[in-house]
Amino acid sequence: MASLVATALYKLKKPSIIPGFGLTLGFTLFYLAVIVIIPLSGLFVKTATLNFAQFWQEVTSERVMHAYKISFGLSFAAALINCFFGLILAWILARYRFPFKKIIDAMVDLPFALPTAVAGIALTALYAPHGWIGQYLDPLGIKVAFTPLGILIALLFVGLPFIVRTVEPILQDADRELEEAAISLGASRWQTFCKVIFPSIVPALLTGFAMAFARGLGEYGSVIFIAGNIPKLSEIVPLLIVIKLEQYDYAGATAIACVMLVASFILLFIINWLQQWAGNRSVRN
Amino acid sequence: MWRRHSPTTEPFWMQALLMTAGFGFMAVLVLLPMAVVFAEAFKAGWVSYRNALEDPSALSAIRLTLLVAVIAVPLNVVFGLAASWAIAKFDFIGKRLLIAFIDLPFSVSPVISGLIYVLLFGANSVLGGWLADHDMQIIFAVPGLVIATMFVTFPFVARELIPLMEEQGTEEEEAAIMLGANGWRTFFSVTLPNIKWGLLYGVLLCNARAMGEFGAVSVVSGHIKGLTNTIPLHVEILYNEYNFVAAFAVASILTGLALVTLLLKSLIEFRFAGEIRAQKG
Repeated sequence: MASLVATALYKLKKPSIIPGFGLTLGFTLFYLAVIVIIPLSGLFVKTATLNFAQFWQEVTSERVMHAYKISFGLSFAAALINCFFGLILAWILARYRFPFKKIIDAMVDLPFALPTAVAGIALTALYAPHGWIGQYLDPLGIKVAFTPLGILIALLFVGLPFIVRTVEPILQDADRELEEAAISLGASRWQTFCKVIFPSIVPALLTGFAMAFARGLGEYGSVIFIAGNIPKLSEIVPLLIVIKLEQYDYAGATAIACVMLVASFILLFIINWLQQWAGNRSVRN
Repeated sequence: MWRRHSPTTEPFWMQALLMTAGFGFMAVLVLLPMAVVFAEAFKAGWVSYRNALEDPSALSAIRLTLLVAVIAVPLNVVFGLAASWAIAKFDFIGKRLLIAFIDLPFSVSPVISGLIYVLLFGANSVLGGWLADHDMQIIFAVPGLVIATMFVTFPFVARELIPLMEEQGTEEEEAAIMLGANGWRTFFSVTLPNIKWGLLYGVLLCNARAMGEFGAVSVVSGHIKGLTNTIPLHVEILYNEYNFVAAFAVASILTGLALVTLLLKSLIEFRFAGEIRAQKG
C-alpha cells in the first residue's frame, strides 16, 4: 500500500533535492488563478446567464455578422500577404549580407514594441489623402485610410514580425548540404526551393500564419484610428465589443467576446499542434 | 562587387529583386510610420512640442503610466521567476497544461482582457457591489488599470525564462544544495547569474507592453482626464480632439521608448551573444 502511494506520488512529481517546489508552484497557481483563470471564467459565467435564444440573437445580429466577416476576412488576408513578404524578409535576413543588417533585423520587431495606439495614428497620417503615401494613391482613386483597406494595412503591420521571427531561424539552421545535393543532382535553383527548402519551412510558416491571424482577430488599437469605423463596412469585432460596453449592453458585449474567445482558443490549440509538428520534424531531420 | 556565383544562392538579379521587395514592404509598413510620428510631432516647431509635453494632463498621464508599470512589472517578474523555477527545475504531471495557461493572455484580445475585469469588478457584479459598499473602486480607477496591465503583460517574463532554465537543467543547483547552500542562496548565487540576460530581456518586453498597452486599459479606464489617463489613452484623446501636433508629440515619447527597448534588446543579443550561447549549455 505504502509503495503504491509512493509510486503514485512519484508519477505526480519526481523527487528532487532542490527546494522550493511547493512555494513556487503554489504562488504560480495562486497568481494564475487570481489574474487569469477567475476573471476569464467570469466571462463564461456571465454568458451563461443569457438563455440560448438571447445569446444566439446577440451573436448573429446583422451588424455583428458583418463585423465577423470584416475581422476574419481581413485578418486572414493580412496573414496571407504577410506570409509572402515575411518569407522574403526572413530569407534576406537569414541568407544575404548587406550593410545595416543588424538595424534592419532589429526593426522587424518594431510592431511588437510600438504601442498600438501610436501605430494607429501614424499609419493613419501616412495613408490619409494628404499623407506621405496617401497623396500618391489618392489621384489613382485608391483610398486607404477610413476604408477596409486601411484595416488591412494595420493588420499587416501588427502581423509581420510573427512570420519573420518563426521562419528566420529555420532558414538559418537549414542544412546547406541538402541544397548542394539537389543542385548536383541536376535541380534548378527554383526546383531546389520548391522541393527541398520550402517543405522544410512549411510548419514554421503555418505557425506564423496562425499567430498573425490570431493577433489580427483581437487587434484593436492600431485598427480603430485608420478604419473609419462605419457599421457594416469597416467595423471590427473588438470595436463592436467596446461600443456595446459603452452603451452598457453588457450582455451583448459578453456574448460577442465569448465567441471571439472561443475562436482564439481554437487557434491557440492549432498553433500548439503546429509547433509540436514543427518540433518533431526538426528532431527527425 | 562580383563574387563567384555559388550554386546554393540566387543569381544577382534575383537577390536584388528580393531585397527590393522585402525592404520596400518594410519601409512602407514599418519604417515610414515611425518617421511620420516624429515629423508630425515637430511640424509646428520645438516650442509647441515642448508645450504639448508640459501640459498638466500630459504630465499626469506620464506619471500614471510610470506608476502602473512600477507596480505591474515587478509583480510579473516575481511571478515569472516563481513559475519558471517550479516548471524548469522540477518534473511533474500537468506541466505542459500549466505552460499553456500561462501563455493564455497572449491569445486574448486586449479588449476582452479589459472586459473581463469590468464584468468582475463593475458595479453590476456581486464583487463590484461589495466593493462599492466599502468605498473601494477598481474599475474606472487606478487599480483597474494596474490589474488589466498585469493581465496583458502576464506571460512575458515567464515565457522568456522557462525555455532558458529548462535548457540549463538542474545540475548546478543540485551541486550547490549538496555543498550546503540553502534554496535562496542557490537561487541568488547560482540560478540568477545564469539567467540574468534572459530575465533582463523579459523585463524589457514586459515594460514596453505595460507602458504602451491601449485596448485593455481603454476599456477599464473610463477616460477621466488627469486621473485615469495613461500616455496611450492621452494620445487617443488629443487625436480625437484634432490636436494632432500634441497627439504626435506625446506619441513620440512612446515611440522613443519602443526604439530604446529594441536598441537594448539588440545590444544584449549582440554584446553577450557568446555568453548567452554558453548559458544555454
